[in-house]
Amino acid sequence: MSELLRIAGLSVSAEDKELLHGVSLSIGEGETHVIMGHNGAGKSTLGCTVMGSPEYTVTGGKIYFDGEDITELSADKRARLGIFLSFQNPVEIPGITLSEFLRNALEQVTGTRIKLWDFKKKLAAAMELLDMDSAYAERELNVGFSGGEKKKAEILQLLMLRPRLAILDETDSGLDVDAVKTVSKGIEEYRKSVGGSLMIITHNARLLENLSLDRTHILSEGQVVKEGDGALAFEVLENGFEAYVRKDS
Amino acid sequence: MKEKTQIGDIDRSLYDFRYEENEGDFLDSGITPEIISEISDEKNDPDWMREFRQKSLSIYNRTPMVSWGPDISGLDVDRIVTYIRQKSRMNTDWESVPEDIRQTFEKLGIPQAERESLAGVGAQYDSELVYHNVRREVAESGVVYTDLESAMHDPKYAELIRSHFMKLVPPTDHKFAALHGAVWSGGSFVYVPKNVHLDIPLQSYFRLNAKGAGQFEHTLIILEEGSYLHFIEGCSAPKYYEAGLHAGCVELYVGKGATLRYSTIENWSKNMYNLNTKRALVQENGRIEWVSGSFGSHVSYLYPMSILNGHGASAEFTGITFAGEGQNLDTGAKMIHNAPETSSYMNTKSISKSGGISTFRSAVVVNENAAGSKSSVNCESLMLDGISRSDTVPAMDIKTDKCDVGHEARIGRISDEAIFYLTSRGLSEEDARAMIVRGFADNVSKELPLEYAMEMNNLIGLEMHGSIG
Repeated sequence: MSELLRIAGLSVSAEDKELLHGVSLSIGEGETHVIMGHNGAGKSTLGCTVMGSPEYTVTGGKIYFDGEDITELSADKRARLGIFLSFQNPVEIPGITLSEFLRNALEQVTGTRIKLWDFKKKLAAAMELLDMDSAYAERELNVGFSGGEKKKAEILQLLMLRPRLAILDETDSGLDVDAVKTVSKGIEEYRKSVGGSLMIITHNARLLENLSLDRTHILSEGQVVKEGDGALAFEVLENGFEAYVRKDS
Repeated sequence: MKEKTQIGDIDRSLYDFRYEENEGDFLDSGITPEIISEISDEKNDPDWMREFRQKSLSIYNRTPMVSWGPDISGLDVDRIVTYIRQKSRMNTDWESVPEDIRQTFEKLGIPQAERESLAGVGAQYDSELVYHNVRREVAESGVVYTDLESAMHDPKYAELIRSHFMKLVPPTDHKFAALHGAVWSGGSFVYVPKNVHLDIPLQSYFRLNAKGAGQFEHTLIILEEGSYLHFIEGCSAPKYYEAGLHAGCVELYVGKGATLRYSTIENWSKNMYNLNTKRALVQENGRIEWVSGSFGSHVSYLYPMSILNGHGASAEFTGITFAGEGQNLDTGAKMIHNAPETSSYMNTKSISKSGGISTFRSAVVVNENAAGSKSSVNCESLMLDGISRSDTVPAMDIKTDKCDVGHEARIGRISDEAIFYLTSRGLSEEDARAMIVRGFADNVSKELPLEYAMEMNNLIGLEMHGSIG
């Protein structure tokens, strides 16, 4: 498979503290990778930096997307290239409806105007797949949504925006069994209908069960300490991180 | 200091157009009894109005300058031409309006708008009404919509006007009310008879188009028992280099069980001093609904007052203020509860950007005779950068304990997380900010008729444009 995302020796700081120290990994087109690690290992930092969060400063290394150096690109330009981040804590935006926002975002990402009718049809279908009440489309973006509803709304955006690379930052955290099932159904649908690549940051086996995993990367203290195939993710979940975080000497 | 929000002056070319001054006869700039007398001659004022103007002038001369709010020392009233007479007289059809005036209005889209939903247009050009048309259906319903000058001479309305004119806002109220009483010119008179519901809104546009000219239009609206009216006042003025003054006056009389909705979008050019006075008197079970958008002017003092004078009367004020660079907008509302079981609700949003100052100033008075009344004040401010200012000055004077009064104020900034969230979905930073501001203003735009809501959204877009360095 051709390479879609390549992270090369990436070092990242926030507020003068270095959080990632020379992380390298690459994700091929259509591949699914899992990022695991303790809290504070740098997983979210990695996801947010690939998306272009201004909160983090790249102090070394490069990020390439589809061969292009995107290290200096703003988040909106990365989104237009086809990168998507499902937020751990989606932000509430009062006064803008989910539907209005999504249509706007879709037009920005695709660069074309979308007919309202077509948009509504697609939106309704995606919401049905995610067991979302259609009334949510006309609710203010994330305002007053429960934790589960917020995560579903993120997956809804994933399905509508159809990115080439989706980074899921603990999309399963705080969800009950049914909600995890729904979210994982959404992810499968994304894999099936879009065929994009996935970078999944998670602690949860249930989310991974129905996915075919290509690679697992284990992060500890801002470094990749262990890499392996998809099976490694389940080994880690079974045995805990301790066996893997000790660096090979 | 201004690294991020470097905008010298936003492009207001859409709004700041004007044509050569040609038609008006300028009077001397200073204000003397002779000038007032000349205005009276021009207007063919009835005797009571001649006296009223002169009395107002003497009140004006002895009333001290306003000093409790934003600085208005840049305003030299003696240099402002208070009255400019257009050569053209009232027109009731579009074709006979002079070409240059028509062009100005066409840029404002009045004829198109009229074809669609306007009931009648009273468009004020400089100080006089040059175009005024009330659709037949409005006239047939018995609703009177005309300019105040002609109504004053109509035997049917003369007494009505005399008994209401500047009774709610007396010239003694403040210096600019006195000035208004002396030099007022143009404006609208609306009379809605008992139980008449006007479904289509009446609209009036004001334009100020001559350099140094003040605008002192007077709006007098009387709603009889059980009637309904939506009046829309849209203001925008071209840009000048000399300070302009707007000291209009709006007096609204809402009868028993009647409802008046009064909507305004003000977009004065940024050198304008907007010292406008608006007041409503509401009788038993009557209701006043204010919707107010303040975008323009250099300095504004604007606090529409609702006097709830009858049992069960209610008032609602929904407002938005957007202060950009060089603007100091002091806006809010006053609610006077002067009868039992009256209710008032205030919901305002203010936005400040590029060093603009936005102050929310409110007053709620609940008198001893207003047992069982309710009042709720809710104001939210959004500052778009670190150099802008937002203040909240709520005052409450509660003279009975048998009432329910609430106040909530919130001041915020746009969070970096929100910007990152929206930009990660493909919106540019500028669009993301504009979207957040539009969302913030949403409760006001929802209250506006569609075309005005669109205009307001466009104004927000215009104000936000270029805000990212």
